[in-house]
This record gives sequence, structure tokens and C-alpha cells, in this order.
Amino acid sequence: MLSRVANSIYWMSRYLERAENVARFIDVNMHLMLDLSVEAASQWNPLVVTTGGEELFLAKYGENAATQDNVMQFLMFDLDNPNSIYSCVRAARENARSVRQSISSEMWELLNRLFLRVKRASMREGLLDAPHEFLTDIKDTSHLFAGLTENIMSHNEAWHWTRLGRFIERADKTSRIVDVKYYFVLPALEYVGMPYDNLHWAALLKSATAFEMYRKQYRRIAPNWVTEFLILDRDFPRSIRYCLVKAEESLHAITGSPAGTFHNLAEQRLGRLRSDFEFARIEEIISFGLHEYLDNFQVRLNEVGDAIFDTFMALRAIDSTAARSTNGVSTSGASNS
Amino acid sequence: MDFSCYERGDFYDEMFQADGKPRPGSRLLVERIEALLNGDLNRRQQAAEIALLNMGITFNVYGSDEADEKIFPFDIIPRILEAREWEPIERGLAQRILALNLFIDDVYHDQKILRDGVVPDELIQSCASFRQQCIGLNPPLGVWCHITGTDLVRDRDGVFYVLEDNLRCPSGVSYVIENRQILKRTFPHVFRASNVRPVDDYCIRLLESLQQLAPHTDSPTVVLLTPGAFNSAYFEHAFLAQQMGIELVEGSDLFVHDGNVFMRTTHGSQRIDVIYRRIDDDFLDPQVFRADSVLGVPGLVNAYRNGRVALANAPGTGVADDKVVYAYVPEIIRYYLSEDPILPNVQTYLCWREADLQHVLKHLHELVVKPASESGGYGMLVGPHSTKAEQEDFAERIKSNPRNYIAQPTLALSRAPVIVGDRFEGRHVDLRPFILHGPQPYILPGGLTRVALRKGSLVVNSSQGGGSKDTWVLDAEPDESVSFVDAAVLPPVVHGEMPC
Repeated sequence: MLSRVANSIYWMSRYLERAENVARFIDVNMHLMLDLSVEAASQWNPLVVTTGGEELFLAKYGENAATQDNVMQFLMFDLDNPNSIYSCVRAARENARSVRQSISSEMWELLNRLFLRVKRASMREGLLDAPHEFLTDIKDTSHLFAGLTENIMSHNEAWHWTRLGRFIERADKTSRIVDVKYYFVLPALEYVGMPYDNLHWAALLKSATAFEMYRKQYRRIAPNWVTEFLILDRDFPRSIRYCLVKAEESLHAITGSPAGTFHNLAEQRLGRLRSDFEFARIEEIISFGLHEYLDNFQVRLNEVGDAIFDTFMALRAIDSTAARSTNGVSTSGASNS
Repeated sequence: MDFSCYERGDFYDEMFQADGKPRPGSRLLVERIEALLNGDLNRRQQAAEIALLNMGITFNVYGSDEADEKIFPFDIIPRILEAREWEPIERGLAQRILALNLFIDDVYHDQKILRDGVVPDELIQSCASFRQQCIGLNPPLGVWCHITGTDLVRDRDGVFYVLEDNLRCPSGVSYVIENRQILKRTFPHVFRASNVRPVDDYCIRLLESLQQLAPHTDSPTVVLLTPGAFNSAYFEHAFLAQQMGIELVEGSDLFVHDGNVFMRTTHGSQRIDVIYRRIDDDFLDPQVFRADSVLGVPGLVNAYRNGRVALANAPGTGVADDKVVYAYVPEIIRYYLSEDPILPNVQTYLCWREADLQHVLKHLHELVVKPASESGGYGMLVGPHSTKAEQEDFAERIKSNPRNYIAQPTLALSRAPVIVGDRFEGRHVDLRPFILHGPQPYILPGGLTRVALRKGSLVVNSSQGGGSKDTWVLDAEPDESVSFVDAAVLPPVVHGEMPC
């Protein structure tokens, strides 16, 4: 498979997964805020922090500007924010467009239609007041896309690249969801362990659509169990460990080298990271410091991403910022059109 | 909706005869349309447009923002050509492409036609798309122009004329195939009853003709080389690659090593045998053509010259679609084939001839003036639709570079009905059939009918507000026993986001 095509498929998949996760963050936070008392209900800044847009947000909106409207606009439709839903969906679509011949027409059309809907939504007045339907659409379409990928695409190398992209992105986002708790400032000390705290943990689970599955397994909400479920669970498809195992499976399917071995830097880094999670205990993680542990994980996951790029790709894909700036570039060069 | 208020105007109408009756091949369609319930036709038109938008069958206008990404406008009323009309076109195009190919081969070898004075030597020397670097090239099978799109127009007399030849990277064939998919869903009953010749096998034939070019292997690796996702014809590049099941590559995916061409893959490099290139000559290889090209592949032309890789079309074919050379095509046909041309040219004034120049300058207000080496409808003057100032501006341009301009009488292009709101109006159309040249020429039945959607406009190019129609070539003479006058009883077409 062409390196450029592999790279674009990988990023198509990552950007769509990212859009889905951002939609989930917003949706859950909004519901959480509705349940909290008025004085507590202004905590939108953690969302900006966890999506990695702190600096940009500060530059655009200024200090103490993390109101619901500002943050939602920033995370949903701001094209200057490379991680906004609009930017991600556009980047997913532009990557899909450049590999249309390698994915199925249905997958391309789904992304194309999603993009057209997001673009229309971005111009609609009043959407920020009632974004639920919009956010649901993003999540549903992402799931539909995964279903199409699973069911109508041959499980060949291209398929493994979509999977690798999806699981690496998801592992990253789940770690950020868990980490968001670190940034959440409860209004007062007495809230810890109180119903509001429970609400927070439940919201965390909901951000990863993990609430119901968690309930079946643990029933009671306890901080350690929640983090254990989201980080180390063997079967839950959004836990970090699960994502790493599946990503590694696809990486080895692409290279053809046997599991448990490595023949390039990407395999080595991902294999080591995966085994750390397979043999970790939640108590160790907590005593190490949850935030530090997750921070370290994100750094190592980025190193995996770099190694994948160095090993397989000769070229960069269209990322969510580049997709715009290429407009002015002269790429004509075919006549008789 | 019916055609009772439709005005044919003083033009050849593709659908109706002078007496107001439908032409025999269009009768079933007219009956069917008139039997539809009110609003049904508009609904079908909307369903077709939504389907095109969702499929992403859009084109980018150069230099504009993505907000301007547009669907190529499409009118669901097909343009129908009867078998007896198509037959001479098919023969004429085959004849023309054979002669043009011999001409290109001659120009880059012995130049007999120049030495015999049939085509002036200085014409070739001054031709912007003549490529010195191609002299002595020997493309596989002796074929230079594998894929050609020739623009035909019909004048008031109903005769088809060749307007121009496109022998470089003609585009539009993907719209032919997609338009047909939509039309089959839009008018299934008429379609079935009309015996329309299929177009769906174009991609199979294209792949076969590309595979035949492989210089040294039985299972060649064929790729399509595109300038990239921001090219206006990118949809077509991706579509054709997908339909043929071949890789769509960009210049940076390829490299030349040891004289062979390879693509970079996740499992190392893979040798390439045939390249269907949709990049102009100038951008193909910075070592041979434009040094600043980032779209091409350094060393590609050398690999081609040494027979290590095949290119379709061959570089240098543009010499035969120069608009001044065009004027000599009838002579070119006589010279190489000793036959009379089957399809006539449009009368053409060459501004580099003093007498023609004087005539053109005097009659600018009634002529169409075109630059010799442009395509896409850019840089034209349509005399009768131009202002005095534009004419004066053109006069200056022509005088300063007469070689670069030709002029033709303003043709009364034929018209076909299109849906405008709740009625039909006539709009001017042309026709671009596609020709594959392998061991034998193959002509795709029909081709792209382009429509000048602006009222009265004669310019059909998509960059200038043109749209398209499906083109039906009928396989047999129309069957007079079938009728759709009472066709309201036919099962309705189901409407949804995607019509089926």
C-alpha cells in the first residue's frame, strides 16, 4: 500500500475518532453542569485544557473567558482550533477524499455528508443553546463509519490502518477523559465524596460511554474502580489497555511480524507500552500519581505515533490546519478540463 | 410540466422537430415527462442533485475557498442521439484520431508532412505545445494519444462539426458514467424501452488499453498520476482509479531508481509499468520540462524514453490540439489516410495569415476569437456578446501576437430543453465523446453533453457556468409500437435522500 495512502487513512480514522470524543466531552459536560448548583456550574475550562487548546483559547478569548458559549463555539466550530469538531471532520473528509480509491464509496459518502451537515450547522444561529442533536449526530456517524469499515471493507492492510488510527486516538482520548478529573475544581472541600463528586465520576464514565458497562461490573461508584475500568479493563473497548492491545494487533498485521516480537521502532514502542498496561495494577498507578502516570502515557503514545510515521510514511497527510492553507496553492497542471 | 410552452427558437433543437413534434428517438421521453404528476419532475431533479452532492461529485474553482465547492450542474433531461446520427460520428472520430496520431508520430520523427508543405514548418516551430524533448520518442504500439476527448457542436443545419480536439488530459468521462447511473434511476422505464447503448464498460476498456502498453510484463502495475486532491478534476482521477482498481498516486509517491519508476509503499518500493498521467507535460518531470514543478517525478521522461515505463498519453501530444494546427486537420486526414474527412471542421481564420487577420479585425463583433494554446474556455472573445471595449482590447492582443489567435464564425449551437423552475427552456449544448486508441480506436457511445446554463450563453465549460446532461445513443431505430402516453399508471419512482 502507498505510504501516503496509509498515512491518510490512518489520519482520517484518527480525526473522526477525535471529533466523536470532543462531541462526547461537550455533551456530558453540559449535562453535568445542569445538575450542579449555579455557583459550581461554570466549569468549562477543563474541557479546553483536556483537548489541548489552552494557549489558543487564551489568545483568542482572553482570561476568564471560559463561558459555556465560548468554549462550545471553540470546541465545536472554531476552524482556528485544529481540534474543534468542524476542523476534525473536515480533516477526516479531506484525508478520505485523497484516498477515495482505497476506501469504499459508502465510507467516503458518509464522511462527505457529515462534513456538509457540520458546515451547515456552523452557520446556524442558536445551535449552541441546544446542541444535543448535533452532538448525537457526530457520535452516531462515527459509529456508523466504524460499522461500515467493519462490514463492507475487506480486512486488508487499509482496514488495519483505519483500526490502528482509531485505537491510538481513542487511547489518547480516554486518558484525557480520566485526566480531566485532575483539573476539575470542586467548589469546596466538603463536596469530595458527596453526591456532586459521584456526579463527576459518573459523568467521567459517560464521557467514555462506559457508565452502563461499568455499572454491570462494579455497581458502586468508587474512584479507584472507575479509573481501573477506564485504564486497565481487559474487555471494555474504550479502556486504554484494550485500545493498545488492538492497535498492536493491527500493527503486526500490517508488518506481518509475529506478536511478541519487534522489527521496527513502532513495534518496539507500542509493544512495551502495551505490556506496561497489561501488567499494571491500579494501586501502583494511584500511588505513582494518576495525573503524572497519564501524562507520561501521553508522551509515550506520541512517541509511538512518531515511530509509526518514521517507519511507514514518507510524507505528511493533510492535517486539520493544512487543509485550509492549501487553498491558495496552485495545483492546477492538467489542461483540457 | 409539459412542453406546450417550450420555444425551439431559431436553432436546431435536439429534442423537437421544426413541426413541434418530438424527434423519433425522444418521443417516449417526452410522453413520459408529460404524463408525470405535477412537481414530480422537479422532485427527481432535486433528488439527482442531492445524490451528486452527497457523492462529492464536485469541482473546485481555482483560487476560491471551499465554500465555493460546487456540484457540476446537472440537468436530468437526457440528450438523445439516434443510431443513424451516431454512426457517422463514430466513423469520423475513429478516422480523425488515426490521422492525428500519425501526424504526431511524424512531427516527432521524419516530419514528412512539413517537408511536403502540407502543414507549414513554421507553424510547428512556433507551437507552444510542441515539445522538442519528444523528438525521436517511440511510444509502445506507436500510439501517442491513448485517450482523447473531441468537442463536437451542431449548427443550425443539424450537421455536427468538430470544434476542437483535446489530446492532452481531457476530463469529463467520470461525469458521463455517474450521470448515467442517476438517469437510470430517474427514468427507468423510458431507459429500458429506448435501447440505450451502455457506457459502464468504459473503465474496463480503459484499463485494458493501459495494460497493453506494459513494455515487458504480463501482469503490469498500472497507476493513475494526479496533481492532487486540490485539482479541479480530482474527483475524476479518484473515480477512475477506484473503478479500475489501480493506485491513485501523486508525484511525490513516485521516484526513479536505476532507470525504473517505483512507488513508495508501506512495504518498501514497488515497480511501476504504466502511468495514466493526468498532469500536463510541463509538470511531468522537472529534469526535462519545467524545473519548478513539484507535481512531477524527476527522471520520469528518461525512464519513458528507455521503455522502462509507459505513459498515457505520451508527452508532446498537445502539438495536435493547437487551435491553428486544428485548421489543418482535414488536410492531415487526406495526407495520411487518403480519405476525405467524415466530420467537417468549423471554418477557421488563422490570424497569422495577413488576409485572415484583416478579416478578423474587421469582423470581431461577429466572430468567436480563441487563443491557440488555451483550453477550458479561458481567454475567449464571443463577438456578438462582447462590448466595444473588449473588442478593442482583443484587437490589440491579436495584433501583438497573431500566431496565438484564431477566429471562427459564431455558430448557432443546437439547443436542448433544460428544467428552469417550473418550465422548460432551450439552452445551447455541445458534445464531448471520448476515444480510446489502442490497436483499434474505441469510441464511447455518447459522451459528455455540456450545457451553457446561462440563458443565451454559448460557453459550455464548467469553469464558465456550464452544466451537463446524460447523452443517450440509441442502439436501434425507435420502436413506434411502444407508447408512454398513459404512463401515469407506471409505478412511481421512490424518492428519498438517495433515489433508488
